[in-house]
Amino acid sequence: MKPAPFTHLAPTSIPEALAMLGEHAPDARVLAGGQSLVPMMNFRLARPAVLIDLNRVPDLAYIRDNGDVLAIGAMTRERTIENSELVHDAAPLIHQATIHIGHLPIRSRGTIGGSIANADPAAEYPAAVLALDCILVASSVRGNRRIAAADFFDGVLSTTLEPDEILTEIIVPKLPPLSGSAFVEIARRHGDFALAGVAAQITLDGDNVSDVRLAACGVGPAPMRLVTAEAAIRAGGPTGDAFDDAARAAAAEVDPDGDVHATAAYRRRLAGVMTRRALAKATEQARRAS
Amino acid sequence: MDDNIRGESGGYIGQSVPRREDKRLLLGEGTFVADIQLPGMVHVAFARSNLAHAEITSVGLDAVRAMDGVIYAASGADLADELPPINGMQVVTPQGWRDRVDTDILIPDQPLIPHDKVRYVGEAYAMVVADSRYIAEDALELINPEFVPLQPLPDAQSALDEGAPLVHEHLGRNVAAFLHTKKGDGAAAMETAPHRLRRQFTHHRYAAMPLECRGVVADYDSRTDTLTIWSSTQVVHWVRREVATALGMPEERVRCVAPDVGGGFGGKGHVYPEDILIAYLARRLRRPVKWVEDRHEHILNAAHSRDNVYDVEIGFDDSGRILAVTSSFLVDSGAYTPVGAGIAGNSIAHMLGPYDIANYETDCKIVLTNRTPNAPYRGAGRPEVGFAMERAVDLVANALDIDPFEVRLRNMITADRMPYDVGLTYRDGVPMIYDSGDYPQALNRALEELGGLAAIRERQKAALAEGRYIGLGIGCYVEGTGVGPFEGATVKIDPTGKIMVATGACAQGQGHETVFAQIAADLWQVPIDDVFVTVADTAQVSQGYGTIASRSTVTASGAIQGASDEIQKKVFAVAGHVLEAAENDLELRDGGVGVKGVPDLHMSYRDIAQAAKPGWDHKRPDGVEAGLEATSYYVPPTVTWAYAASAAIVEIDRETGRVEIEHFVEVHDAGTLVNPGLADGQVKGGLVQGIGGGLLEELAYDDQAQLLTGSLMDYLLPTASDVPPITVVHMETPSPLNALGVKGLGEGGAIAPPVVIANAVCDALRPFGAELNSTPVRWGDVAAFFGDDPYAQAEA
Amino acid sequence: MIENQTVSFTVNGTVRSGEAEPRMLLADFLRDRLQLTGTHVGCEHGVCGACTVICNGEAVRSCLMFAVQADGAEIRTIEGLADGAEMHPLQKLFSEHRALQCGFCTPGMLMTAIDLVHSNPNLTSDDVRTGMSAALCRCTGYEGIVNAVEAYARQVYGRGAGEGEGNG
Repeated sequence: MKPAPFTHLAPTSIPEALAMLGEHAPDARVLAGGQSLVPMMNFRLARPAVLIDLNRVPDLAYIRDNGDVLAIGAMTRERTIENSELVHDAAPLIHQATIHIGHLPIRSRGTIGGSIANADPAAEYPAAVLALDCILVASSVRGNRRIAAADFFDGVLSTTLEPDEILTEIIVPKLPPLSGSAFVEIARRHGDFALAGVAAQITLDGDNVSDVRLAACGVGPAPMRLVTAEAAIRAGGPTGDAFDDAARAAAAEVDPDGDVHATAAYRRRLAGVMTRRALAKATEQARRAS
Repeated sequence: MDDNIRGESGGYIGQSVPRREDKRLLLGEGTFVADIQLPGMVHVAFARSNLAHAEITSVGLDAVRAMDGVIYAASGADLADELPPINGMQVVTPQGWRDRVDTDILIPDQPLIPHDKVRYVGEAYAMVVADSRYIAEDALELINPEFVPLQPLPDAQSALDEGAPLVHEHLGRNVAAFLHTKKGDGAAAMETAPHRLRRQFTHHRYAAMPLECRGVVADYDSRTDTLTIWSSTQVVHWVRREVATALGMPEERVRCVAPDVGGGFGGKGHVYPEDILIAYLARRLRRPVKWVEDRHEHILNAAHSRDNVYDVEIGFDDSGRILAVTSSFLVDSGAYTPVGAGIAGNSIAHMLGPYDIANYETDCKIVLTNRTPNAPYRGAGRPEVGFAMERAVDLVANALDIDPFEVRLRNMITADRMPYDVGLTYRDGVPMIYDSGDYPQALNRALEELGGLAAIRERQKAALAEGRYIGLGIGCYVEGTGVGPFEGATVKIDPTGKIMVATGACAQGQGHETVFAQIAADLWQVPIDDVFVTVADTAQVSQGYGTIASRSTVTASGAIQGASDEIQKKVFAVAGHVLEAAENDLELRDGGVGVKGVPDLHMSYRDIAQAAKPGWDHKRPDGVEAGLEATSYYVPPTVTWAYAASAAIVEIDRETGRVEIEHFVEVHDAGTLVNPGLADGQVKGGLVQGIGGGLLEELAYDDQAQLLTGSLMDYLLPTASDVPPITVVHMETPSPLNALGVKGLGEGGAIAPPVVIANAVCDALRPFGAELNSTPVRWGDVAAFFGDDPYAQAEA
Repeated sequence: MIENQTVSFTVNGTVRSGEAEPRMLLADFLRDRLQLTGTHVGCEHGVCGACTVICNGEAVRSCLMFAVQADGAEIRTIEGLADGAEMHPLQKLFSEHRALQCGFCTPGMLMTAIDLVHSNPNLTSDDVRTGMSAALCRCTGYEGIVNAVEAYARQVYGRGAGEGEGNG
């Protein structure tokens, strides 16, 4: 399958990229790592007349320690994030999500911004940034806009980015003290999109839980905060029984579709199981941090 | 490579000689069809139907023909008068089979490009030739087709329903073939059996899915009026035959070569329309033409396989002895049946497997539907029937609360009963007589490799007490291999004294160039580097059959032997004449012929070849014709009988239903192994494909006969992470049916895994009385046995 | 009509150029413009790994890059692995361990393995199997491939795979 013809634009700065997108939207698509977009173009399911290639904009790839948060440039490669000690130590959930993404050659090119803007319901980063209430910075010729993760994903492969906006930065709150995180997913093969995956972060306060965050992927049209599961943990504390309750709550609150890989009922079950496993792992990590 | 590689007996056969194919493939210097680049080459793309069943009203090509970079375009209507359909049944069944098996066969021919209807999603309705594949695909978008959608037949049952539309009107029915055979009296024995059970077993649709898609390059030479076709095919001589027939050319003026082929597994084992169309275009356009399939096209259009539903009844006594088996099955053949009744013919012959069962009756319907055509894929009917039978055997065991291992032993044909008359007829028309082997030994060995039955059952009990579910699955089969009708080989002694071997076998990674060199080197007593092997080129061997059905080692070795024997007579005659020795005193040794016991009296093959030349100053005795070459066509007396016993231990994750194979064992007997290392690779490769078929791979259709799994993102091939620990034990019981004692082994590995996995999972889930009688084994179905809430308090 | 561009990059140590439309895949450019047909195309959707090459030191799917994106890059393909007539150690190990049958996946497998091993001094046995799951093989069942790559890791790092500290 060969892609349809397109004009290739390769800006070398952010303002240039924004100007190009401003001029050509909505007939243009932004090319980040290409690991999701190019297959669609090869199938001719995506046929942008203009491709704005961000791979020559060095200013979009960075990982900065900004005190309470990490600021990660949208074009930062997944492979770079995987190898980053800073991310591993300061925002471990992002690292944990990253190692589930595909395979090494995919991560060589794939970017965090590309994955988030692509908004595949089964992708790992959208669930992770949702769990952490990250801020997603959208830029256009009209300026920058900070979008809360909770307001970013609005359907299958759909976000609230305007046609002339590029996702340029992801602001990630650092892991608080006495906290742990985990990303657990189940896929039919290693590296496949998850049948269900859960990003979890938990902060302990003695025998209680002062904060718990759970977000699932693969279980609906968009990543989802598991609010009733979170409530069960806040109520029951970091105990096995509460984890069981949270699992049941998660299974009840998701609304997945069925497909050739899993029925809706099975995905529900998996959402529950992944929730429980992610909670157990995150809690174990939090206890070690205590 | 040197003589160090020879075994103790001084021979290459039986040694794991490193492959001569490896170097070019490792360096990236192989030549696959897509790698061929010829000056002036043009490129083809096919317009393929998005509808499963529709009348073609018109195909507008004006805009296409007007496009820059397009050289030619044609629809089925444009070609209908010039190019006939491919004869529907590419594998003709021998009279002997049709005499003994009840058959009613009506196979549809396959148009190269239909003009009346499209009959499956992916069927081509037009083709475009352009300067590049990119432009050709652009041109496809300018085609203006008009279709009238018809009711699609998404599966076999719908095609059999009253009032169902016909896939091929002229056949008058949707059943391409009815088959029936029996031995003893199944119905009567069933009546009197102390116990009976009936079940339906479903083996789903999946496919060969080689890593290299299909492709064809063709070049027409107007000076000599010859066509050369390079095709990623397993059957170069079939392609030549069909192209020559379609284009009205002598076969000798059509050359078909399969260069390096990136896997076939049966999926490339017949002639496709593209093989002929590309050749036609090359001759018509007077330019080299290339077509390389993309993966989406491949998944839609290259043959699918399996897709059988079995209704089985089995009658047995209190000790688990099986008294009768009756079955009725459907094969969803899709819109065409290019290999006719071949798969089902295998199934009906193989159902009884290694068991001594006196009464058997089976019938089948090969049903036409609007799915992709169904053709053989590694196993070709044996995985399907093996699934039904081996699941049934486990169910017999469960019903009596006897260990499935024990029930198998009680029914198995023992070694002392060989040769064993099965009482049925094989596809080659010959009565089936298992030639050799020890089935109980294989089964016992398989269980030993897993730690022994008693230990396994102990582990299982202990695990259950801890709330863990492990299970043992077993699957046994017998496999007819090395089927006829024939294979051809031409052997020559080159003027330089080298041994040149060409055979109609075709290679897709089996290592034929190495294996046949080993055989020829032993025959001629030369270092292996003095043997040159060509496969898969119709210009090198006049008649050949090709590589399908686990046949090439058996049949090509027979032909190589036959041709070598003929030349050897002349070689001895010439050497005897020159050395002034009687032929009885001569032997083949040291790259030539010598007088027994006289080291100094020796003549190299080079000198013999020179001596045997035509014309003046030759050294041939009177009456001996010039030249040292011969062609032989080996017709095997019948198939040889490979067999295996497989077993595996699985553990189930009760929360997710995930099935983890802890250890998979296959004890496999393919007679003498010419190259044990390569044989091991074949079996292991097949096993992993079988595991894929059991757990991962699926071609799923919706109720409009639309394929839901149209890319490798949805059709899941096993990766390195999906492979469990595997042990293969090779037993070598030589076949009495050929000189080397070899049996075929290309397919075996793929036969047992689906049923072994299903049996193991059911064994693990015995506390729930679980039955899984269909493939693939789905984690979700397994999880369901543990109840809706994985964290419920009450435990089993 | 989209204009061709001149694309120029270093392949296996030599600067090569050719003309390409923006939409031409890097895999097709290597094969058709530069006649480097060792890199194979198996799916064009980034799943099978047959097209894997090394770009600026990292394994990438060349079916998911456009040739124009590779302008100025350093690319290594299968043709650049051997040193003249002398096969690369990993190629030799592949042959010894019977890590290939039809050979179609082999170039992609080798390039995947080169990056996998050289980017991780702490590679364990499990890491090798997981890492090689990036590329599909339909013939061998992977045993020979995994064994060859483990052996290569031992050669490179002078100790057993599995003795490393693990992938953190």
